[in-house]
Amino acid sequence: MKWEVVIGLETHAQLSTVSKIFSGAPTAFGAAPNTQACGVDIALPGVLPVLNTGAVERAIRFGLAVGAKINSPSIFARKNYFYPDLPKGYQISQYELPIVEGGTLTVQVGDAERTVRLTRAHLEEDAGKSLHEDFHGQTGIDLNRAGTPLLEIVSEPDMRSAEEAVAYAKALHTLVRWIDVCDGNMQEGSFRCDANVSVRPQGSATLGTRREIKNLNSFRFLQQAIEYEVQWQIGEIEDGRAIQQATVLFDPDSGETRMMRTKEDAHDYRYFPDPDLLPLEVTAERLAAVRAAMPVLPQARREKFAAQYGLTVYDAGLLTASRELADYFDAAAVGADARTGKLCANWISGALSARLNEEGIDIAQSRVGASQLRGMVDRIADGTISGKMAKDVFDAMWAGGGDADQIIAAKGLKQISDSGELEKIVDQVLAENAQQMADFRAGKEKAFNSLVGQVMKVTRGKANPQQVNDILRRKLAG
Amino acid sequence: MSNATLKELSLKLATGACSSVELTHEYLNKINRLNNDLGCFITVDGERSLAQAQAADAQRSAGRAGPLTGIPLAHKDIFCTQGWLTTCGSRMLANFVAPYDAHVVERCSAAGMVTLGKTNMDEFAMGSSNETSYFGPVRNPWHRETVPGGSSGGSAAAVAARLAPAATGTDTGGSIRQPAALTGICGLKPTYGVVSRYGMIAFASSLDQAGPMARTAEDLGLLLNVMAGFDARDSTSLDRPTEDYLRDLPRSVAGLRIGLPQEFLAAGLAPDVQRAVDAAVAEYRKLGATVVDISLPNMGLSVPVYYVLAPAEASSNLSRFDGVRYGHRAAEYTDLLDMYKRTRAEGFGAEVKRRILIGTYVLSHGYYDAYYIRAQKLRRLIAQDFAAAFQKCDVIMGPTSPTTAFRLGEKSADPVQMYLSDIYTIAVNLAGLPGMSIPCGFDGGGLPVGLQIIGNYFDEARMLNVAHQYQLATDWHLKMPPGIE
Repeated sequence: MKWEVVIGLETHAQLSTVSKIFSGAPTAFGAAPNTQACGVDIALPGVLPVLNTGAVERAIRFGLAVGAKINSPSIFARKNYFYPDLPKGYQISQYELPIVEGGTLTVQVGDAERTVRLTRAHLEEDAGKSLHEDFHGQTGIDLNRAGTPLLEIVSEPDMRSAEEAVAYAKALHTLVRWIDVCDGNMQEGSFRCDANVSVRPQGSATLGTRREIKNLNSFRFLQQAIEYEVQWQIGEIEDGRAIQQATVLFDPDSGETRMMRTKEDAHDYRYFPDPDLLPLEVTAERLAAVRAAMPVLPQARREKFAAQYGLTVYDAGLLTASRELADYFDAAAVGADARTGKLCANWISGALSARLNEEGIDIAQSRVGASQLRGMVDRIADGTISGKMAKDVFDAMWAGGGDADQIIAAKGLKQISDSGELEKIVDQVLAENAQQMADFRAGKEKAFNSLVGQVMKVTRGKANPQQVNDILRRKLAG
Repeated sequence: MSNATLKELSLKLATGACSSVELTHEYLNKINRLNNDLGCFITVDGERSLAQAQAADAQRSAGRAGPLTGIPLAHKDIFCTQGWLTTCGSRMLANFVAPYDAHVVERCSAAGMVTLGKTNMDEFAMGSSNETSYFGPVRNPWHRETVPGGSSGGSAAAVAARLAPAATGTDTGGSIRQPAALTGICGLKPTYGVVSRYGMIAFASSLDQAGPMARTAEDLGLLLNVMAGFDARDSTSLDRPTEDYLRDLPRSVAGLRIGLPQEFLAAGLAPDVQRAVDAAVAEYRKLGATVVDISLPNMGLSVPVYYVLAPAEASSNLSRFDGVRYGHRAAEYTDLLDMYKRTRAEGFGAEVKRRILIGTYVLSHGYYDAYYIRAQKLRRLIAQDFAAAFQKCDVIMGPTSPTTAFRLGEKSADPVQMYLSDIYTIAVNLAGLPGMSIPCGFDGGGLPVGLQIIGNYFDEARMLNVAHQYQLATDWHLKMPPGIE
């Protein structure tokens, strides 16, 4: 039987506010345990929550970015359960009326685009951390994280493969950083996903029973976990066993998912509206102010890049992996024609990105500035240097050797584009390589490359390759 | 001197007739003599109080005294007071020393007032007789075998017994007004949101409101001027212009329209209480007020509505008392769940457990719509009844409590009987309205009767005016319990 995979994602994005969602304590990562938890965070008797407007603004920004409805009012509710790292015995979240409802996200899967529908996004507070090591059979509680603002973004079950789920998660990750609502740091847990996975016979209209894989904090784990889970579920069904609704954990070491709890042990969270917080109203003025401050979004930038420079969906996607990268490209390609623009795109996605990766730095820390890159691309476009020479120029720029023109002059890299001079050299090479000339005319295309190589050798790589090609073809044809 | 009102004490201190230290000493001595009998205070700390009194005297010498500087008062043990034990009447917090001051405490201290101690109360403010306190009952100074009412029973009895000239209280379903009525003093529950709940240990957040307890309406106004005001730390605190609650005191009540709800004449109303309330209304007529009959058709639902909503909120509010971070923790347990179970089984008393169970039940999956949602709808209807009534009248009057003080133990075995003692006060909390109780006579056994005055939203100044004019014409508020000199 053919199986169809159905995946929906719930993503927790930590909002990049300086202080917590209901208290003034700082949200900075990595402080000594319990040094960033105030009375509200540790739930002293008598304390009360006060909503951080910065968190609300970020939620609205996200909602606008995905074309969602911003609910006014939205309601904060209490989700009641006991756990030592949940100081109040309830988590303040949004339940029946979230601040963000609906919306879509355009996702790139390979060279195609897909639209994933969003169900909702709601504001909530994070819990603290339970530390089970180093306490000799006891549990340590660190409440620094308690009260950290989260936006939980819930997708519809619109994804049909692990690859699509990862593409969605990446697009979401790009977007939340793009609009400055989340730093996207996955190691620190600022962006983590739960995946709801089910399978059904191809063509079936009803959904299969889902299992939820909790807390996936890397794209690789997301991919591996879903792939394992899908195979496991298909195996179960094919062996005649029904899937039981459950929450599972992914073990990166074994690459397997394992059961945490079934639906039967699910809590009754006894949600009810939090009487300590008023319904959250978003006025038209506030909405307009947030809208006015929105940056141009990745999708619009991609479309512009594609239209202006003829970039493929894939290339445009690479350049919009972050707002800084897109800005860099815009600065490099300013006023450029399609060919130069495409060259800029190739150099940014190619050599420059490779260098950044190698050194583990961001585009903002690039040692080759956008105008420097453009200076080099212009010399390629006007034939002054070849692509191969440009590689040397780029390396020299990266090493701090100045602008492209300075490096070209200093290294004598100028390519030979004088057709008279090149004609003479080609004639000379042909005269010395009668055998290859004969081979080529006998139909051996390889011989042509060898002749080009000879010309390059004589000119020590400085000959304009396009011109060499043209001249050779003409002479060989003659 | 301990029989003086806040107003009189303010004058004595201003003229130098006494110092705050002398005054504080006098009250501390009196507490020392009578508290064993009455059980009004859970915590007294003379050294701390006297240090505050010294500071107040110094402030006065420096010419920076306000009207209440140097005057002692007692705080209900529901308010966090930095460095003081803050128990909320519970074993759960029997060892809890608050690391911060509640907004109310902060305001009183900023006004130069001296904290005399922390008063006894029903555990987590759940009760109408002060008998649910882990620290033992409070006795009514008018008759030691009767209850002072609750949950602010310690505050009420302390003011009645002249152990403090005034006290703070909190009122979720009548917890200021009912004990004020049963002990013959005055108590005011302001409009929801007028006094910040920050630092006040939550029982039912949407109903809890702090207010003053004292012996005259004027004293209530003096204290409310200090307690009220916007506080950004409480999201339900109302950001309104500051007002002087004493401004309308001299106003005549001629032409005042008093609404008398027919529903207040329900079965269970003691004839002596009804007689006293009728007499009070007659007195108002003499002062020029008119009386209109009004109806609050949904009032009969207020007790059941309250006993869905208040326990629902309480069950969640009290989840933080889990033995993990502060307060009581069971000495022995086998695992986490066992720790929770034993800690909460030991830390909470029967009434608190009963309400946590009710609250958990009504919020549970499958019951939420039938109980919680429906109760919320009825709550709106009750509020609408009052809105309609206030079209026809300026204030509503009636009994505060259906009976005078009952005997210790009389109702403790029957929770429903106990809940019915708040039948006249609960609707006011559900609507978020201001309500107050002032003494208006005695029953045949010499126990005080309270007159309840309910105002429209933010009409506290008018209500104080109405009460003050009555107190100019009558002397019920000046009566002193026997054996209290």
